[in-house]
Amino acid sequence: MHELPVTEQIVGIVLDHARKAKAGRVLKINLVIGELSGFSGESIQFYFDLFSKGTEAEEALLFISRVPARARCQACKQEFNPEGMNWFCPACGGPIEEILGGREFYIESIEVE
Amino acid sequence: MKKVTVITQILSANDQIAEENQRLLRDQRILAVNLMASPGAGKTSLILQTGKALEGRARIGVVEGDVASRIDADKVASQNIPVIQINTGGECHLDAATVRKALKALPLSEVDILFIENIGNLICPVEFKLGEEIRVVVASVPEGDDKPYKYPGIFTAVNAVVLNKMDLAPYVEFDFNELRKAIAGMNRKAKLFQVSCRTGEGVAPWADWLEGQWRTRKHGA
Repeated sequence: MHELPVTEQIVGIVLDHARKAKAGRVLKINLVIGELSGFSGESIQFYFDLFSKGTEAEEALLFISRVPARARCQACKQEFNPEGMNWFCPACGGPIEEILGGREFYIESIEVE
Repeated sequence: MKKVTVITQILSANDQIAEENQRLLRDQRILAVNLMASPGAGKTSLILQTGKALEGRARIGVVEGDVASRIDADKVASQNIPVIQINTGGECHLDAATVRKALKALPLSEVDILFIENIGNLICPVEFKLGEEIRVVVASVPEGDDKPYKYPGIFTAVNAVVLNKMDLAPYVEFDFNELRKAIAGMNRKAKLFQVSCRTGEGVAPWADWLEGQWRTRKHGA
């Protein structure tokens, strides 16, 4: 599954920032994963333990913020969270104008010492 | 304890290579199409039918992605379409680096429209940019009319949905209005085409649209 190379990327980016900050240990990694991105937090945790072994991030806690899908209605401009079969505006029934959130896949911050 | 702000896209390395691919393709005035679908929906069949429809109008090239085998590339090659087969050996999607390698082996000066046929998968390919201009998902009648709700990640991300195997509609439970409604709600700008790659029905409007997309960019870019 693709969480393997993706987690390798995460560990690389984290270590890069940790070393730039002259940190000895990474304590926590804050990830943001959108509901529409297709990535699984559980799989990332699994591979993370593998890739971080022997590095400054070895005992870091992975904290994942999941972002639900969010959209704006084309007709009344109301924002809402589409889910299941509800992809039309709950206020007026209009279609989506733009997806505002749910595709996130980034490292927000790390905590080091 | 110190908090270090990172705000780095995890796929930034892939995105960067994708941007380079896109620049290369745009410089060559090539319309690159990232073609995605479940296994068996009809990606290769659509490419073959499109090649026939666009004969004399636009030259097709193909980057063929599969976990294993040359089956699809051989089919494409037998129609005299330049093609490179990529075997990922397990990876469930193509990425920009793999596509970059393939682009080096294709006669790009002889290609107008490049199909990048992704691995059969409705989930994994979505977040991996390849350098494409257009993203298309091929859905098929036997898969059912509720797939957009089950895979919103991909159905909200594409420029067009090609519904294949319309010839099987009388034999399976499929409500076209349900599918049309789902796409209208979550991705109203996406073009929806109904085709049968087996009979050829509906291929012409799809090919016309694709050619239009290529010509617009060729002259406007």
